[in-house]
Parts: sequence; C-alpha cells; structure tokens
Amino acid sequence: MSAARDTILARLRAAAPGATVAARDLAVIEAQQWSAQERSARLVRLLRAVNTEVHETGAAAWPALLAELCVAKGVARLCLAPGTPVGKAAAPTLAAAGIEVVAYDRDVEAWKEELFFAVDAGLTSTVAGIAETGSLLVVPTPDEPRLLSLAPPIHFAVLARAAIGNTLLEVLRRQAYGDALPTNVLLISGPSKTADIEQTLVYGVHGPKQLVVLLTD
Amino acid sequence: MADASRQFHERIQQALDDPQIRANFRRAMDGLMHKRAAVFPDADELERLRDLGAAVRRNALARLPDLLERLEANCVRNGMQVHWAETVAQANAIVLDIVRRHGGKSVIKGKSMVSEEMELNHHLQAHGIEALESDLGEYIVQLAGETPSHIIMPAIHKNTRQIAELFVDKLDGVEFTADAEQLTAIARNLLRRKFYDADVGLSGVNFAIAETGTLVLVENEGNGRLTTTTPNVHIAVTGIEKVIETLEEVTPLLSLLPRSATGQAITTYVNLISGPRRPGERDGPREVHLVLLDNGRTASYADPETRTTLQCIRCGACMNHCPVYARIGGHAYGTVYPGPIGEILSPQLLGCDQAGALPGASTLCGACGEVCPVRIPIPKMLVRMRREAVNRDPASAFRDSGAQRRLGEAAIWKAWARIHATPGLYSLVTRTATAFKKLPVLGPLKAWSSVRTPPRTAGKTLHQRLAARERQS
Amino acid sequence: MTEQGTARPRRVYLFGTCLIDLFFPDAGVDTVRLLEREGLEVIFPQGQTCCGQPAYNSGYHAEARAVARQQLGLFPGDDPVIVPSGSCASMLKHHYPDLFRGEPELAQARQLSARVYELTEFLVRVLDLRLDDLGPPQKVALHTNCHARREMGVAGDAERLLDRLAHVERVPFERQTECCGFGGTFAVKHAPISAAMVGDKVTAISAAAPDLLVGGDCGCLMNIGGALERGGSPIRVQHIASLLWERTDG
Repeated sequence: MSAARDTILARLRAAAPGATVAARDLAVIEAQQWSAQERSARLVRLLRAVNTEVHETGAAAWPALLAELCVAKGVARLCLAPGTPVGKAAAPTLAAAGIEVVAYDRDVEAWKEELFFAVDAGLTSTVAGIAETGSLLVVPTPDEPRLLSLAPPIHFAVLARAAIGNTLLEVLRRQAYGDALPTNVLLISGPSKTADIEQTLVYGVHGPKQLVVLLTD
Repeated sequence: MADASRQFHERIQQALDDPQIRANFRRAMDGLMHKRAAVFPDADELERLRDLGAAVRRNALARLPDLLERLEANCVRNGMQVHWAETVAQANAIVLDIVRRHGGKSVIKGKSMVSEEMELNHHLQAHGIEALESDLGEYIVQLAGETPSHIIMPAIHKNTRQIAELFVDKLDGVEFTADAEQLTAIARNLLRRKFYDADVGLSGVNFAIAETGTLVLVENEGNGRLTTTTPNVHIAVTGIEKVIETLEEVTPLLSLLPRSATGQAITTYVNLISGPRRPGERDGPREVHLVLLDNGRTASYADPETRTTLQCIRCGACMNHCPVYARIGGHAYGTVYPGPIGEILSPQLLGCDQAGALPGASTLCGACGEVCPVRIPIPKMLVRMRREAVNRDPASAFRDSGAQRRLGEAAIWKAWARIHATPGLYSLVTRTATAFKKLPVLGPLKAWSSVRTPPRTAGKTLHQRLAARERQS
Repeated sequence: MTEQGTARPRRVYLFGTCLIDLFFPDAGVDTVRLLEREGLEVIFPQGQTCCGQPAYNSGYHAEARAVARQQLGLFPGDDPVIVPSGSCASMLKHHYPDLFRGEPELAQARQLSARVYELTEFLVRVLDLRLDDLGPPQKVALHTNCHARREMGVAGDAERLLDRLAHVERVPFERQTECCGFGGTFAVKHAPISAAMVGDKVTAISAAAPDLLVGGDCGCLMNIGGALERGGSPIRVQHIASLLWERTDG
C-alpha cells in the first residue's frame, strides 16, 4: 500500500529530527579482549554451561571421534554437506563405522519428510567462535544448507580453535560483509531450550536437542 | 468511559486476591532480577553499554524516515517484498492477502508482540486460516484461549500442574504428566509436524538493519528458525521503530537484550535473515515479506518526549523490576504491553480514554528507569502521561487528552493549590488540622486506615515550633 | 550531586516539607539543631508550604506550578537549601526545571535547584558530620525512599551516618531496595496494591527484628510505621534527623 508508505514517511518527516550523538563509540565492546588460550577456555566453559557437549581434539582426529560419538549416541543416519571440506573429511570415516551418510545435495522439497523425521544428526562447519558469549558463527551456503543445523535432533559442529574471536563485533568486522550479508547468518550458542513452563529449564525444544562441538587444533 | 478505569481496578483486585498469581509472579520476578544482576557484574561496563544502547536507538529514531527507506531499498534488493501499513486493519489485510495468494490454510507463528497488537490470529481464524503459535509459552497461552501476561514469558502466570491439565484437556491422546521435560517433548513432537506442514511462517523482528536489508531475530527454542526456514513463505511483521542503521550497531543491542530480559549472555540462536532462497540454495523460503506497521507510532514520533518510548527493544526488564507488576501480573493491565513500558506505550497506541488510567498504577519508584537498557526515562514519561490524561490540550500529542479528568479531583487539586500557594491560608489550615490530633477517617483516609493506623498530627506545626524558637533566641 | 570537600557554608536555608510540618515537626526541629551544632546559621522562611510534588505527580502541573512559584522567591541568594526528604529534595532539584520550562521563572528555578541538598547528603558530603554516640545499643533498620535512592543517589549517605554511630547496628532486610508502596496519592488511588506492598515491607522488616526503623522520608515512615503499628509491632519509626540528634545530644 504505497499510500500508507507515503503517509507514514510524510508524518515522520513532518516531525523535528531530533539531536544525534556525534560518534557511536563501540569502545565498551571493543574492550572485551582475551588471549587465545583464554578465548578457547571461555568458549568451552560457556558452551558447556548450557548443556553443549564439547570435545577438544586434533585437526586430523575429529572424523574418527565423530564416528565414535555417533555410535555411542545411536546415530544411524547422519546428514552432511558432501561438497565442503568438513563433509569430505567426515564421510569416509563415518561410512566405515557403519553410519549411513545422507548427502544434503538436493533441494529440500525432494526429501523433506526424510530430513525432518528420519535423520538422526547433522554435521556442519563453522565460520568462527565467539568467546564473549560462547557462540558459534554458522553461515549456511548452497553447499551447506540452513536446515542441516536445525532439523536433525543432533547438531555436530566443527570449530577450529584459531577461528575463535573475542566478540561478535570483532568477528563481523573480520568477515567484512559490507552492506551485503549472506541469506542467513546464525549465532548458535547451545542446544535449544526453554523456561516457559514455570521457569523450569528444559533442553531440546524445537531446534536440535543436542549440540556437539568438535573443537580442533 | 469511566468503565475502562473501573475494569482496570477490578482486574487489579482479582489479581491481588489470587494467591497463585501473587506467588508465581513474585518467584519469577525475583529469579529474573537475580539473573540479570548476575550477568551484569561490572557496573561501569553496564552504564557504558546502556549509554551506547540509548545512543544507537536515539540516533536511529532521529533518522527514522531515511533509514526506513534504506531498509526497504536493501530488503527489496535482497529479494524481499516490503509492505507498509498505517493501521492494524491494513496490516491484517496484507497478511491475509499474502496467505490467500499462496492458497495457504495454515500459518505457523514465531513469537511476535506486534502480531498481538494486530490480533492477527483472530483475524486469520475468522477467515478460515489456522494460526498456530510455536513458541512454547505462546502455544500454552493459545491452548488456554488467553493472552500473554509478559512480553518475554507469555505463560508465566501458569504453574506446571495447570499446563499439564491444559495439555490433557486440549490435546488428543496425551497422558497426564507434570514433568516439564515430558510436556516440552509433547509440544515438540506435535509442533514438528506443524512446522513441516505449514504453508506460511510468520515472525516478528527484533532489529531491522537498514544498511544491509537484514532482519535480526533472537530466540532460545528454535521455533523462530523453523518458522522462517521451513515454510515456502515467510512473513515478518514489525513496528516501524525497530530499524537501526548498521550491522555493527546491532552488537551492543544484542549484548543488552538477552542480559536484560532473562539474564542470559546470549539467546541460543541469533538469526540474521537477508532475503529469500537464492538461486543455488537448497532450502529457505521462496518468498520473504516484511510488513512495517505504524499503528500510532508516527504520533509518538511527532513529540520528542514521547518519541523516547520508541527506543524500546522489548526486553521486559522494566516489568521484571516493577513492584506493582510483580503483584498484579500482566493480565491486570488489559493491554498487549503490560508493566511500565505498557503504561507509557498504551495511552499512545490506544488513547487516554481507553488507557489513560494505566500510568496511575505506579509509585514512580524508578526501578524501571534504572534498568532500562536503552535509558527510556519511564518515570518521567509516566508523569507526562498523567498530565496528558487530565488536561485537555489541543496542542497535545494525544487526540483525546484530558479524557481522565474528573471534576471532583480537579476541584480538589485547585483547592489544594490555592491553600498551598497562599501562606496565610496554609497556616490557617495546618493550625486547624493540628488542633485535632486525629484526622477524621473519611474518604481517602478510610482506604489508608484499613491497613495502617491513621496519621496523627503534631500539636504544633514546624512553622509554629520554629517561630517560637526564633522568638526565644 | 555534591563532591567531598565542597566548601562549608556559613548559612543554610531549611525547606521543611509539608509532611514534616504537619506530622513530624520534631524531625524539622532536630534538623535545625544538628545544623546549628555544626556552627551553621539556619534560616526557615515562614512563607514556605509544599514543593508541589503531590499535584505534579498527579498530572496537575498548572496547580503544582502555582504552589512551586510561591516557594521560588523565599530562598534568595546563594545559600544551600537543605531538605530533610529525598523526594521533596528531588522535586526541587530535578523536577522544578521541567515544571518551569518555557516559563518566565525558569532561570530562578534553575538557580534554586542547583543549591538543593537532601539532608543526609549534606551532612556527609559537605559537613562530613562526626557523631559521638551516647545512646544505648540499638538495632536499626534503614529504609531509603525511592527518589532518595534513584533520583538523588543518597542511599549511601544515610548508611554512612548510621555506621558512624558506634552503638547502632544496621540490620539488613529482604528486598530492601523495593518501594514501600506509599507513592503519595498512589496509597489512596491504588490502595489495594499499596496495602500489598506495605504488607510485604512490614513482613520483611519484622523478620529482621530491629528495635527501630529509620528513614529520611516521612511519607515512607508514615506508611510503614502506620502498618507496623496497625499490626501490633513493637518496632518504632523515626526520622534519621531525630535519631542522630537524640543519640548525640548530651
């Protein structure tokens, strides 16, 4: 309704603009700084505090660990992105361990029922970690779609220690998105949860019930 | 309509008389206050962050029309469709139209207070479209046929047993369980199929970024992500005031919002959406619509003082810290937005006739203003609203200013002013009052004396005592 | 707010407040005594009545202004104005400039506002009051008025004064920073909510079992004191000025 648009903008413009503050000083956020070791320790602590499972492992060792965890958790079918480094590294080891690897290589419409109701876990890469809040920066791509970290009840995420930044601000600056973000950018800071039933904290609501982070060197 | 005021008092009394409301809210508010305090351990950092949050919001509002145009341009560039609505009727019509064009029979909803303003569910249902809440608290409230009693925790007025009984009553094939985990699992399983089947997903917006054309949503449950990823169509509704300029500026607000609201460093998910599914992408909605709603916000905007109300980031800290809200709960206010923010916002959205009594339900203790992450001067605004409510002024920001003025009360204040502006009269009245130790227990004193002994006047006033002292020296 | 080391004045005005005038004149007299003992000359202009807050908070700003206008001219010069009430002090200091915005008296109102002190603020930060406690051991609970706490920022000053009394033990109680429910006309307009709030306050204070409840604002003291008394509590209430004088006057 462009009539509504015109009216709304006209009303806003009829009012005096109001004073602005000269500089938006983000110093209070920029001041949050830790050493690499502290960042890693803080991220792990904050993730674990909200029921995230965190395993610290080697850059080459994580696929084997992933396979072990899947077996231990009874994961029979794991979905991954075959075109990504993480997907390529994991697929053979998982298959060798007897876990069925389901490739997210078609549009969701082709297999939505299966993705929602017959996949036990999803594996994704991560772009960064954020020490201040204990968060993962996950950015879906055509190769690694959005539902991969959302639909399956277990989300496995691989994070390189070197990719842990201090704050969201710092990480966003590093990404240098400018004025164009990817379709979807996510901060994930634990398994899904709620306290809506009389303030009782319950993990595993609509998003994944488990978040498992493989933190690699 | 003195009715609105009378009904307000009735609802208050009902809440005060309900031991469960009293207990639920007391316990919940205490918990939330402690959690917030624990997550802001550094007082200096907190004040600097609040300054920054206030600056970001004020600056955005100062440039609101330009930012809205930029937001629209960039959202459209990103492939979204942007709609403008002056009134909730227009907004409802826009949403209905989108749903119908896609032959939609069901809408799954993420949490949205603006959709409550619109009474959207009611509108959709009247047109044969199922509108299902997916946020657990909203889902519970919807099952019960009620409205939310808190903007962050909608079902805070209910205890576990009530929710358990509600599930058994309203849901097929559900066995009674009072275990919160099992109740949550029931909701998860039921709603999973609904996410899967829904034609349209509807969400709110926490922040809209003009420079990138991005919608920012925060949540803990994952229903927000599912709502905005699974259905083919995603409709986001927001008030026009939620725009900020840059991606960087959202970071202090993301630091303030969860900490102020629930004492979390961050919500489980922060979801930045910048468009529908792009070529090559395998999932996500095919269409994303953004509905920008006015519904009285341009009127608030017109006055620099009332404009501060629009800084609100809907954290709920004000109501968590309000001693009145803790005792009467959210439903007593009878408005979409309860508590301190509701008391200053509702008269602006609904007028002084319908909502002008609300700002009176406050002692002006200032606990709200002390915790507001974006420094809205709530107590100052409450006094401003009170002034608007009882003084008819054609230049006022309010079309029905003065709607709460009562001849009796106005006469009392005029007489009070006459006495206190005239030292001779004041002296006469006070000396007369102190001649009687006890004041007659009439009118206002009756209400006072039901729980307190009536105040006793001193034999001599301070004026008299000091005058005598002066004479002696 | 004042800073430590503000020059000690020779003369001050007293703004007594209407509640003290009618119900607690001892608090006003004891304020004068405390200040005079420190060598100050205290002037009490007899033409004063009320700061206007009741009407202001009720939205009747023209009426509040009429009363406020009457007070403006009573305190000429530069001498500080001492107010034994946080809420009245805040009205004069923070709200008079708003009340007179666009009015011819604005400059005069600002000039007055700039030299208003709440009593405990003045005693601690300007006079750095030393107290020789001659009283018996006593357990005291301190209630700080919401405007004193959040608008004037003086909660710490009353605490400091009580801590300087050697035989007084300050006892904390639950939800100490929560409003007592007075709120001026709120106690009448929303009597049921006010009753619930003061009821909880009485429960919290009683649980701490002090001998005395002390405060800097008579509205709160009337409210809580009236409820304590109605419930048969042995806990008395007293304005801090009177407590300080009573315990240190030989």
